[in-house]
Amino acid sequence: MGMSIQQIIFMVLSVIALVSALGVVLSKNPVTSVLCLIVTFFTIAGHYIMMNAQFLAVVHIIVYAGAIMVLFLYVMMLMNMNADLEPQKRNWLKYAGAISGGALLVVLVAALRDASMPALSPQSTDIGLIKNLGQTLFKQYVVPFEVSSILFLSAMVGAVVIGKKD
Amino acid sequence: MTLLSIDWFFIIEKVLLISVVLVLSLVVAMYSTWGERKVAAWIQDRLGPNRAGPMGLLQPLADGGKLFFKEEIIPTNANKFLFILGPSIAMMVACMTSAVIPWGDTLVIAGHPVSLQVADVNIGVLFIFGVVSMGVYGIMIGGWASNNKYSLMASVRAASQIISYELPMGLALIALLMLTGTLSLKEIVEQQRHGLWNVVYQPLGFFIFLICAFAECNRTPFDLPEAENELNGGYHLEYSSMKLGFFLFAEYINMFISSALIATMYFGGYAFPYMDSLGLNPNMVTILGFLALFLKTLFFIFFFMWVRWTIPRFRYDQLMRLGWKVLIPLALANMLITGAVILARQH
Repeated sequence: MGMSIQQIIFMVLSVIALVSALGVVLSKNPVTSVLCLIVTFFTIAGHYIMMNAQFLAVVHIIVYAGAIMVLFLYVMMLMNMNADLEPQKRNWLKYAGAISGGALLVVLVAALRDASMPALSPQSTDIGLIKNLGQTLFKQYVVPFEVSSILFLSAMVGAVVIGKKD
Repeated sequence: MTLLSIDWFFIIEKVLLISVVLVLSLVVAMYSTWGERKVAAWIQDRLGPNRAGPMGLLQPLADGGKLFFKEEIIPTNANKFLFILGPSIAMMVACMTSAVIPWGDTLVIAGHPVSLQVADVNIGVLFIFGVVSMGVYGIMIGGWASNNKYSLMASVRAASQIISYELPMGLALIALLMLTGTLSLKEIVEQQRHGLWNVVYQPLGFFIFLICAFAECNRTPFDLPEAENELNGGYHLEYSSMKLGFFLFAEYINMFISSALIATMYFGGYAFPYMDSLGLNPNMVTILGFLALFLKTLFFIFFFMWVRWTIPRFRYDQLMRLGWKVLIPLALANMLITGAVILARQH
């Protein structure tokens, strides 16, 4: 028994996360893709819990899996998914996609290779608990927090304006 | 007793508790179907089910048996996997919320304190909110996978309805959280045990939460996803046998859990007046507390039924107008007033 229970859970979560993330990309049916994405979000929330960030985990589920994905699914269901009607992707488009994706991977690997990540220390931290997070957000980072809320408000107003223009 | 550095006593205790809570929710949900018919009959001046067993008490068993033995039909053009996944998700999500509800204080069994709450997480309220937001997937997936336009319309209705009513529900909860200063349901109950019930401080918040709970459970007057006279039964139109049973059953479990939640957050949970001055031994008080919570919950289940047989269904545009133009502004105002009062009292 070389592994602790944390490591076992981590492994299981990671495998499910990777498989479902691949499912998002590889699945032909858009609804299956969305469902795979929901599973991925859940496993990521599981990782947050492993890092003792319960608040982050539950907000992740409420916002992404509970709200955004419902809207995704909503739109997918209303579109008449028919394989014949889908625009055929040209070959050069696939190559371009593969090359730019690969380039992004290289940049990410290069950037993360030497980065030191104190947040990923194996010791459990309490920063993800709601009290600490609230103190940090509303004391240390209160100005960026409020600015981002104004950004959201302007995005909402923008969406309404675009929606009304008909 | 540790293996793999797990406390096995803890695991066994929790597994037992989870099983008991699960069985309790199922039995209550089962007898809610009986209760619903009896309440409907009483309101409409009829007798209700009275053939199977004394007072029709065996009716839920007969219904369950019937559903189990009915023919299983999966439509030819349905997506089979998702068709089965829909009711499964509905049922699973319905059973998940009960984990964070404190069903009672601690029992002391053989010198070992056993908390009557499966998980006292410090995000209890948010956990419930997260699970509730998952609830719509069962209906959406089931409705879409049926490959039937009525089912699809029902799923679309369900999705927009649940998203719309989650907002005022969340805002009403924020006001409650500002008041209590904690997200743990256990602490919310303990505060009410030593003070007044939260409904005294948050009458408007309670009212908004109650309305949203009706909408989230798809209960009349908000049962538009299954409006039988427009949509032929809505999202479960193509379902038969126990899959239909799961959808219907999930609604009753949701109703039970919502009632327990309302009782916990606004009506003192397992706390009852004078519970600390009775002079009984703590285990006795805990059991009485559980019974108090159970009675409160039953009252709200009755209330759900009462409303169902009294108020007709809303029209869809009325539903949306109520959600966005009435409840959200009211909830925002409630939040602002609560915040202002808390601030004023601090100075």
